[in-house]
Amino acid sequence: MIILENVKKVYNVGSVEVAALNGVSLCIAKGEMVAVMGVSGSGKSTLMNIIGCLDLPTSGVYRLEDRNVAYLTDNHLAEIRGREIGFIFQTYNLLPRLTARRNVELPLMYSREPNRRERARYALERVGLSERANHLPTELSGGEQQRVGIARALAQEPTIILADEPTGNLDSGSSNEIISILTRLNREEGITVVVVTHSTEIAVRTQRIIYMLDGRVVADKPPGASFRKRVWEQ
Amino acid sequence: MSPADTLWSALTALWVNKLRSSLTILGIVIGVAAVISLMSIGRGAQAAITEDIQSLGANQLIVQPGAATEGPRFLGQGTGSTLTLDDAYAMMDPVWVPSAAAVAPELSTGGQIVAGRANTFSQVLGVTPEYELAQEVTLSYGDFITAGHIANRSEVVVLGSRVSESLFGLRDPVGQTVKINERQFTVIGVMARNETGVWAGVFGETALVPITTAYYRLAVERTTQGSVSVDRINVQVKSPDLVDDAEREITNLLRLRHRLTGGNDFYINNFQDIIDSFEDATNTFVIFLGSIAGISLLVGGIGIMNIMLVSVAERTREIGIRKALGAKRKDILVQFMGEATLLSLVGGGIGVLVGVGISRLADGWSLAGETLNTTFNLDIVLLALAVSAVVGIFFGIYPAMRAARLRPIDALRYE
Repeated sequence: MIILENVKKVYNVGSVEVAALNGVSLCIAKGEMVAVMGVSGSGKSTLMNIIGCLDLPTSGVYRLEDRNVAYLTDNHLAEIRGREIGFIFQTYNLLPRLTARRNVELPLMYSREPNRRERARYALERVGLSERANHLPTELSGGEQQRVGIARALAQEPTIILADEPTGNLDSGSSNEIISILTRLNREEGITVVVVTHSTEIAVRTQRIIYMLDGRVVADKPPGASFRKRVWEQ
Repeated sequence: MSPADTLWSALTALWVNKLRSSLTILGIVIGVAAVISLMSIGRGAQAAITEDIQSLGANQLIVQPGAATEGPRFLGQGTGSTLTLDDAYAMMDPVWVPSAAAVAPELSTGGQIVAGRANTFSQVLGVTPEYELAQEVTLSYGDFITAGHIANRSEVVVLGSRVSESLFGLRDPVGQTVKINERQFTVIGVMARNETGVWAGVFGETALVPITTAYYRLAVERTTQGSVSVDRINVQVKSPDLVDDAEREITNLLRLRHRLTGGNDFYINNFQDIIDSFEDATNTFVIFLGSIAGISLLVGGIGIMNIMLVSVAERTREIGIRKALGAKRKDILVQFMGEATLLSLVGGGIGVLVGVGISRLADGWSLAGETLNTTFNLDIVLLALAVSAVVGIFFGIYPAMRAARLRPIDALRYE
């Protein structure tokens, strides 16, 4: 359960204060699949960073599973990132000198999981990359790299997956594959999925679309004709 | 992260930048090798100097009579006649002075020594057979004074090399007669010229006679105590460590023998103070050499810090990713500290090998006329390794802390 109450995030750019989030209140239930949409600079990524405990709100309250993150220590936040939240990035963010398997093992190394080899193998199997486990990221295609990214998130056995424009750098074929994996994980394993996207194709496959503008939530509804129309109007 | 993971991750990180890592390691190698080789050379020199001073008499005590308090004027320490040959014999008793290896009393006079038409003036020392051992006298001709000569007050003499030369030239004088203060003495031996060491030349200008002969036949003054008085008693202690014990034992013995209740009527001088100050000086010298070499180790350490700062900057994004995946500050800190420590330890290890190699090679080389002896000890190796590890940790900690303190979001955004 993700609850945000009037969350603001202000960055100091030189002497100017820029509000990336300007009072966001949200509730995302366990097992939901949510798309976050909006133009560049609307605060989508900032929202994701706060939900993912990579950043803390300037004001307002963010509760993750009934814990106010403002009161958590650095170490506790790191533990949450390592065990409960799986990140999927637009640029994959794999470590270039580690093989796919090593990349997938990385979060398990930090959470000191035992049998991490097994779990990494299983995670790669689930994204269909068992044969490429010992390849370096540079030897993989973009779609494959993103699947390694998903496997890395899966290996943590997270309750939430946060995907920040996961298909932004991919062709449509690979994009479809990635979306299918994400929806399957949501549907079959009940993992909460929050995905930031520009793509309406992804958005319509979710249960709920949050539309952001200037650091505020301006629309929050299931994908339907009216929303699609609204998007096209923008 | 487990220690194995840390090591593995440090190894791969360093392996990726092989050239950079090896150059950084080279800096440490040079520093450690310099510390080890210079300190080995310094220790060698120290050992040589200490040996020189030991031969001067690190384990020597000199017992002298107190000042004469009778007579018209004060003549100073050693002018009294309170020490006797019997005191010296008592000091030879291991029950009383177990720390003494040899006790050699001497009675000093001087005189004209004449052989045929040649003459010279020299110091004439009355000694006992123990003198040969205590003062490490070596003979080039003949024999030393024996106990029989002491008992018989024999008129025999052992000449110093220069005395012998000025009287007899380069001939073997053993069996010849010389006149000392108009008395006939038979030459029974000649002392070898002491070319090296601090005693060089000392015995050259001396003639040795039995102490009883010196007292009854040559000495000007006599005591009323009925025993042969001596000017000084040289005591060779079994080892330099026992000098203090020996001093205490001799003091006890002499106070009992002299039935003293007040102050002592004798003085005991030792070389320990001189030795100590020489050792301080040579230690300073070794530390000085080590510090000079230490500067190059410091430079190597700065190299590590430099490269680690570059590495942290280059890998900011990696740090962000790791933090997003659950790495704690401590994990990042340990990761970068591990890399820095590994660099310095590998450098330290190779440096030890190189340093040991250099000191082995330098051993026996002559430099400016002096043979270079290197003393190589395990403690230098341990010191160098410990210092290089400390250098790695010290110079690694700042970059690593910078890495660990990065906020995950800033690190992830870094391009």
